[in-house]
Amino acid sequence: MNLGDDLPGMDPEAPVFEVVAFAVNGRRASVVVDPRTPLLYVLRNDLGLKGTRFGCGTGQCGTCTVMVDGRPQASCELPVSAVAGRHVTTVEGLASGDRLDPLQQAFIDEGAGQCGYCLSGILVSAAALLESNPQPTDQEVRAALDGHICRCGAHTRIVRAVRRAAEGARA
Amino acid sequence: MTAAGLGLPGGPEPQAAAGGDGPGDGPKPGDRLDHWITLEADGSATLHTGKVEIGQGLHVALAQLVADELGLPFERVRVAPVDTDDSPDEGITAGSRSMEETGLGIHRVAAEVRVALLAAAAVRLGVPAAELALAGGEVRAADGRAIACTDLASDGLLGRAFTGTAAPRPPAQRRVIGTSVGRPDLFGKVTGGRVYIQDLELPGMLHGRAVRPPGPNATLGAIDDAALRALPGVVAVTRDGRFLGVVAEREEQALAALERARRSAGWDAGPDIPSIADPRYLVAAESAETVARERSDPAALAGAVTRLDAEFTRPFIAHAAIAPSCAVAVLEGGRYTVWAHSQGIFRLRNELAKVLGVPTDAVRVIHAQGPGVYGHNGSDDVALDAALLARAVPGRPVRVQWMRDDEFAWEPFGTAMVVRLSAALDGSGRVVDWQHDGWGHGSGTRPSMAARPGVASLLAARHLAEPLAGAPPQVSGDLRNATPPYDVPNQRIAGHFVRSAPLRTSSLRGLGAHLNVFAVESLMDELAGVAGVDPVEFRLRHLEDERARAVIRAAADLAGWVPGERGDGERGRGMGYARYKDSSAYAAVVIEVEAGTEIRVSRAWAAIDAGMIVSPDGLRNQSEGGIVQAISFTLHEAVRTEGPRVATRGWETYRVLRFSEAPTIEVALLDQPTQPPLGAGEAFTGPVAAAIGNAIWSALGVRVRDLPLTRERVVAAIG
Repeated sequence: MNLGDDLPGMDPEAPVFEVVAFAVNGRRASVVVDPRTPLLYVLRNDLGLKGTRFGCGTGQCGTCTVMVDGRPQASCELPVSAVAGRHVTTVEGLASGDRLDPLQQAFIDEGAGQCGYCLSGILVSAAALLESNPQPTDQEVRAALDGHICRCGAHTRIVRAVRRAAEGARA
Repeated sequence: MTAAGLGLPGGPEPQAAAGGDGPGDGPKPGDRLDHWITLEADGSATLHTGKVEIGQGLHVALAQLVADELGLPFERVRVAPVDTDDSPDEGITAGSRSMEETGLGIHRVAAEVRVALLAAAAVRLGVPAAELALAGGEVRAADGRAIACTDLASDGLLGRAFTGTAAPRPPAQRRVIGTSVGRPDLFGKVTGGRVYIQDLELPGMLHGRAVRPPGPNATLGAIDDAALRALPGVVAVTRDGRFLGVVAEREEQALAALERARRSAGWDAGPDIPSIADPRYLVAAESAETVARERSDPAALAGAVTRLDAEFTRPFIAHAAIAPSCAVAVLEGGRYTVWAHSQGIFRLRNELAKVLGVPTDAVRVIHAQGPGVYGHNGSDDVALDAALLARAVPGRPVRVQWMRDDEFAWEPFGTAMVVRLSAALDGSGRVVDWQHDGWGHGSGTRPSMAARPGVASLLAARHLAEPLAGAPPQVSGDLRNATPPYDVPNQRIAGHFVRSAPLRTSSLRGLGAHLNVFAVESLMDELAGVAGVDPVEFRLRHLEDERARAVIRAAADLAGWVPGERGDGERGRGMGYARYKDSSAYAAVVIEVEAGTEIRVSRAWAAIDAGMIVSPDGLRNQSEGGIVQAISFTLHEAVRTEGPRVATRGWETYRVLRFSEAPTIEVALLDQPTQPPLGAGEAFTGPVAAAIGNAIWSALGVRVRDLPLTRERVVAAIG
C-alpha cells in the first residue's frame, strides 16, 4: 500500500498502473499493474505461475509461501511493489530444468501428500530451511513448517520427506 | 446376480450414503462393458467412472484393479475426466463407499472384459482360452501368435452387457493389486503444476466474488451498484434478493469491489443466532425420535448389578479445507458449462438447472480437482455462485473463489451432538444392557437426485429474491455407529433429530461416528474399570467377529500394550475400536497422550482391516490422515458464533492440529485378499477420539466427556 494512498487529493481506489520489475526463479519479470496488487495474484494471473496457491489471503496458512531474497514469506498480503528489484523464488523454481530438486523427489518417494494443495508452500519453506540448516532435526523441521496448515493430515510423511531429502544431500 | 449382490456378500447392507438416495453406485448388471472400460489403439485402457478424485487416491486404486485384470502395467490405465456429458452417473463420492461399490464392480467388469477378450481370441486362434495369456494389450498363444486387444474388441465385443459372472484373478495371479504404485498426481503437486480447479484459466476469463451477508439471518437493503460498477475493471454487479456478486477483469479488482461492497452495502444483520456454546441446548429442543435398534432379554437384564450413566457432547465442527471453494462457469448458446470440485457432479447439475430455471441438459458439469473436502463443504455452493455470475456476462467464463472467511462462515458444518448412555454389568463382568439416546441436527444436505420442488441444497438459492428452502438433513447420519459393536443382550439405540438448527449442517467425515464411538468406547473403558478387567481384554470378551478381534489385537501388539497398564500422571495410553458404519473397515488404535502444559497426542499405533488391499500405501496414507484429522477434531475444533454471525472466520479463530503437534504414527494393515475391499477413509475418526479420551483417563484419572478435549476442560475435571 505504498502508492496513491498518501498523495493528497488522490482516490485510493482510482486505477493506478505502474511498471514493477523483479526477478522470479532467476528470470527477469516486468509487469504493469496496480502496485498494491498482492504478489500472489501477479504470480498466478500475470506470470502464469499457478504453483503458488491461495489459501487464506491473510498470511495464516502458509499455502502461498514464496522466497523473497531467500526468505520464506506469504505472498497473499505482500504488495508486488515490495519485491521490486528483489529476487522471488516460487515452487516452480525449485527444480533445475528437468531435474527435480531432491526435496521434490523425496516428497514423491514418501507419498507425502493427499490433496497436495498445501505442498507448494511447504516445499518452499522446507527449501529455505535446508538452505540455512542442511541437517535439521525432526523438531527443527516441525518448527519450520509450523506456520503451514495441512488439513489432510499428511504431516508425518511431510516431515519424513524433508528429512529424507536432507539425508540424501549428506550421502 | 442382482445389483444388491454387488454389495457385501454375507455382510449387512451398506447404509444409505451420506446425503444419498437411490441404490449403491458402480457397475450394474446390464450396463455395457464399454460404459466402464474402453480399449485404446495403443494397447492401453481407459476407465470411465463417475467417482471423483478428491485427493484420497481413489483413481489410483481403481486403475490398479483394471490394470491387474487386463495384464497391463498400472501406467497403461487412464481414468477419463469426470463429466456429466460423458461419465457414468455414480451419485456422490462419499461415505467410504467408493471401493466397496465402484471398486468391487469395476474389478468384476474388468474380469469380464478379460474373459471376453480371451474367448474371442480362442476362436480366432483355434486355441482353448485356458492356454492363452492376456498381457500388455494383446492375447498371446503358446506358439507365439498374438492378437491385439483393440483388434479383438473392434467388432463391438465390449458392447455386451455386464453380467457379474466372471471371477477376477485369484490372489496368487495378481500383479498390480496389493502393490504401492505411488501417486502419479504428486508430480504436478510438488512442481507447482496446474492441478486444481483454482488453476483453470480460460480465454477471456473474468473473476467474480459473491458478497455474502454478514450472517445467515441478514437482509440486504440499499446498495450503490453504480459506485461498484465505476470501480476499476468491474464488468458486472448482480443482485438477486440478498445474493450480491461482482465480476471484474482482474482478480485483485474483483477483491477491491468485494471489499467496497462489503463496506457499503446496507445489511440488516437480523436476529442473533441462538447460542451453540453448550450443545446441551439440543436436549431441550423439539425433536423426533428414531429407534435404530431394540433388543430385549429380561433374564439377562435381571442379572444387572452395576449401572453407569454418562453424557457426551460435541460442538459444530468445520470441514475447514485448506483453501476455500472455487468454480468456473460460462453461459454460451443458452447452455451453462460449470467446472466444479463437487463430490456429485450429476446431482449438482440437476440442482443448478433447478435454481437457474433451465432444463437439465442445459447444464454441463465437469469435475476438476480441488483441495481435500472431508465431506460436504462449499464446493457445490460456489458452483451456483459462478453460474449466477456467468449469467450476468454471457459468453465469458467467470472464475469464482470464495474467501477464507466465507468458507468458514457458510460451509455446512458437522452437527453439534449430545449422547447419553446408560449401561449395566452383571456379576460376572458382562455388559447386559445398553441404552443410547443421541441428539443432533442430521447431515446429508447435499444436492439430491430426488425431485424436490422448492428445495435446493445450494447456498445462494436461499438468498435469491424467490428463495428455495434449504435441503432437509437426513437423520441417519447422527446414528452412525451408535449401536455398540459388542454382544449386549439388551439394547435400545435411539436418535432424536432436532430439525430446527441454528446453523446449516451436512456431512463431515465420520458423521455421527465421531461422537458415538467416542461415547461407546469411553463407556466401555469405564465398564472395564468397574469389572476390574483390562480394557483390551474387556473388548475381546464382548466381541465374536474374528476380524474385529484381530484388529484390536494387532493394534495392542503394535503398541506393546501391557494388560492392566496405567498412566503415570503425565502420560497414558488408551484404546478405541469401531467398524465404520458396521459394514466398512475395521479399525483399532492405541493413542498415547502427554498431558503437560498442553494435552498432546505423541504417538498412535493403529490397525485396519479394509478387506482386500488394492493400494497398501494409499490405505496407509488414508489411515494416517484420518488419524491426524481426528486428533485435530477431538483436541481443538469448535465453531463459534457471536450475535447474528458465525465468529469462526479464519485459522486464528479455528485452530487445527499443527506440524509441531503431529504424532508419530504406526499402522498395521491386515490384508484379506479373498474379501471385498471395504471403505477406509472414515474408519479412524471415532476410534481416535475415544482412544484420546481413554488415554487422558489413564494418564490423569479424569474423564472429560465434552469435545474438544481442551487443557482447560481437563484442568477443570481434575478440580
